Amino acid sequence: MKSAMTIVNYDPRLVQSKNPYPKGPNDWKRFFSFNTDAKVIGIQYIVTALFFLLIGGLLAMLIRGELITPPSDLFDPTVYNGLYTMHGTIMLFLFLFPILSGLTNLLVPPMIGAPDMAFPKLNALAFWLVPVFSIILLLSFFVPGGPASSGWWSYPPISIQNPLGKMINGEMLWIIAISLSGISSIIGAVNFVTTIIRMRAPGMGFFKMPIFIWTVLAAQLLQLLGLPALTGGAIMLFFDLTFGTSFFRIEGGGDPVLFQHFFWFYSHPAVYVMVLPVFGIFSELFPVYSRKPLFGYKFVAVASFGITILSLVVWVHHMFYTGTPMWMRNLFMFTTMLIAVPTGVKVFAWIATLWGGNIRLTTPMLFCLGGLFNFIFGGITGVMLATVPVDIHVGNTYFVVAHFHYIIFNTIAFGIFAGIYHWFPKFTGKMFYEGLGKVHFALTFIGATLNWLPLHWAGLLGMPRRVASYDPEFAIWNVLASIGAFILGVASIPFILNMVSSWVRGKSAPPNPWKAIGLEWLLPSPPPHENFEEDIPTVLNEPYCYGLDKPFVEDEQFYVEKSLKKH
Amino acid sequence: MNTKIRRIKKSGFSKTFIIIFAVILNIILSLLMGYWSYSWLPIQASEAAHYVDNLFAFETTIGTFIFLGCTGTMAWILVFNRAPKYDESNGEPLEGNLKLEIIWTLVPLLLVLGISTYSTSVNYKLENLGSKIKYDYGAEVPFVEEKKVFDYGPIDVISRQWNWEFVYPNGIHSSELHLPVDKKSNFRLITEDVIHSFYVPAFRLKQDIIPGSVITYSLTPTKEGVFRLRDAMFSGAYFSENQTNVIVESEEIFYKWIKETVKKELQNGLNPAGSLYQKRLKNGNRGWATVKPAPDPKVNDAGIKSRPHDS
Ligand code: HEM
Ligand SMILES: [Cu+2]
Ligand SMILES: [Cu+2]
Repeated sequence: MKSAMTIVNYDPRLVQSKNPYPKGPNDWKRFFSFNTDAKVIGIQYIVTALFFLLIGGLLAMLIRGELITPPSDLFDPTVYNGLYTMHGTIMLFLFLFPILSGLTNLLVPPMIGAPDMAFPKLNALAFWLVPVFSIILLLSFFVPGGPASSGWWSYPPISIQNPLGKMINGEMLWIIAISLSGISSIIGAVNFVTTIIRMRAPGMGFFKMPIFIWTVLAAQLLQLLGLPALTGGAIMLFFDLTFGTSFFRIEGGGDPVLFQHFFWFYSHPAVYVMVLPVFGIFSELFPVYSRKPLFGYKFVAVASFGITILSLVVWVHHMFYTGTPMWMRNLFMFTTMLIAVPTGVKVFAWIATLWGGNIRLTTPMLFCLGGLFNFIFGGITGVMLATVPVDIHVGNTYFVVAHFHYIIFNTIAFGIFAGIYHWFPKFTGKMFYEGLGKVHFALTFIGATLNWLPLHWAGLLGMPRRVASYDPEFAIWNVLASIGAFILGVASIPFILNMVSSWVRGKSAPPNPWKAIGLEWLLPSPPPHENFEEDIPTVLNEPYCYGLDKPFVEDEQFYVEKSLKKH
Repeated sequence: MNTKIRRIKKSGFSKTFIIIFAVILNIILSLLMGYWSYSWLPIQASEAAHYVDNLFAFETTIGTFIFLGCTGTMAWILVFNRAPKYDESNGEPLEGNLKLEIIWTLVPLLLVLGISTYSTSVNYKLENLGSKIKYDYGAEVPFVEEKKVFDYGPIDVISRQWNWEFVYPNGIHSSELHLPVDKKSNFRLITEDVIHSFYVPAFRLKQDIIPGSVITYSLTPTKEGVFRLRDAMFSGAYFSENQTNVIVESEEIFYKWIKETVKKELQNGLNPAGSLYQKRLKNGNRGWATVKPAPDPKVNDAGIKSRPHDS
């Protein structure tokens, strides 16, 4: 049936891992159980994360409701502070990280031809920690004194002031939730890295891996290198808060700025943990929807690691005005700006991929193009922020808020939506409705632009971030932003409608609806539990060989027929 | 496929023409944007301001060129390279171009090296930040000898949850910061509780104030007027109210103010958080927990809360 397997770096013991869950693929109950199938876990992550996107979005609209007028009139300022802290925390730790883990779980095994993740039980454990720490975090709304309200940075001394003096308080629950989230991410990272290194299909050398796999590897290595710093910092903060130790407390000779180093040593790389897989999604989708090979595959692949290495040595750009000595500020300005180089390589490669292509403006492609457009903008404001004298003015103002929302929402969330639409047919077996998808895109693009573009000017004029009230000269920018935020709220309706109705009653999806090249597209939609089962394909070339006479795998026809038969 | 090849061949000459035209247009728009960008910033009221604004305008110009170059190309592609309905054929199978890839690695590299070298030189020219000296909690704030030259000071800038107080060398206390124009003034930045940030947008300057440390800082205002001083590092419940005014005056008026203020009795200074907190208590102390605001500062010049500001 299949020609001789040339087994490279493939561990056959792993194929034999049996699915411990007995029931068939149409049993919805498995989504509520400790299931160890990466495809089930992926969907569990994504659905949970989207639920928290709604909660975080609701908080965002309360925030924008307060800020639509200059005075603090909707909430008491203490409430405002709790809301924005929880908004940021939920969006990062309950929406973005989990949803990316979800996409990674869905995509990594099929894309490299593995039956499942290397450690399926750990995988399920990593997921089930998400509802645990999410509930802890949400419970903090109901403890006396309210939730954590010192921002997602949680800088001491403000974070350890504990006004009510109670042992159990919002900040304490916040620290516990973040630490559990870190543990979940570390487990996930070990799993992803092992799976990618050990379980690739025969023939899939590093330079034949899809770019998404490259970016996941780069991102997950960053998690492993960076998270211990955050977790360490969080534990010390916990001790200072709860047991009165003095790691960061000046009363006992501690240094509050030390926490900032711990925090940013991880949290700067964290933004790349989030954006790298999205770079991966862009690199997968642009070739498909312009029907051209990815321009400069090797450069794009290696650039991911350039970004990984550099992003470990730039964290002080968040501390240019904390009393950091001159030499350090200059040094970190240089390293930060260097990141623009590998990032630029990717941007130019994507544009060159589009150039002369046969562009199909499907919903996923629209989200990719919108995301790339916004990313170019956010990258440019990033370089401005890296420029010390400019940052001394706009740092900690709305300019920063605008910059990172251009990246985090207008790029990362756009890329995630693109990925969800693109792979929706593969993993649900149903086609989504293009019309609703396009409405979702249009509302999202308009809302996001109106929300965050004007805020750059508020920041340039000197409006600090995290304020509950502001001087009237900033009102115009804030009114526009609030309208944008409400449009974004409306945009969630066509999205939810589309996802739910197409999954329930959409048209059945063929194995390869986009005529894409990639191992996952050689599988039936949805793929069987162990993906390729006994017939692991042998990879011959790198993916993306659109229009080139280079077959992707040995005996491609066999897999195409097999994927159709299952259907 | 055939039509595409024809399209490419036909346009050899007009293509170069279009590219040259587009680049020129882009340069013009970028220069205009850079010029326009000065108007997005507050009044330039310190020596640092024009360096910052020039750097920002320079980056806006370069940034606009790159942004329009990239997105213009994308727009071009979207107009001319759209696949007709049901056409699922492939585009030109270009896998890469080493020369191009090396160029677009090197050009950004040189560009960012240039920007950061220039910014470094600006940093050395301004040198606002002096030294940062740690001291024991509860101890007297140590006197730090500023090694750099300055014309006036040191003024103690005391930040709290949530008010500002300024103590002048002759011992007077004020709720607003009065400064002589065109003189380099020196400060000792002090906080009595959490981290705050001394931020005057019109000066383009911001410096965090760290508990347990005293930081010396110098700046030269270059324009008379009233400018907002805003706390820029989140400092808790009434953070957004933690603002006051910087009043830059001619040397003559400044010394007159000093002379007159010395004679004034100490009185309660600006403390907007204090009155908001009283209101909250009156309404039943609803909301989430907060530490109590610091008591009203005792100052010789109580300042004017709603003084109109220039920026
Ligand atoms: C060319 C690339 C980029 C450069 C040079 C850059 C530079 C910077 C700098 C210097 C800051 C600090 C500003 C300040 O606090 O004063 C910053 C903030 C931030 N950046 Fe970027 N950035 C880039 C791309 C990105 C990317 C790709 C992401 C996300 C994936 C990102 C997310 C953020 C976030 C979240 C913050 C704000 C964190 C906070 O203050 O809460 N940036 N960026
Ligand atoms: Cu947000
Ligand atoms: Cu950073």
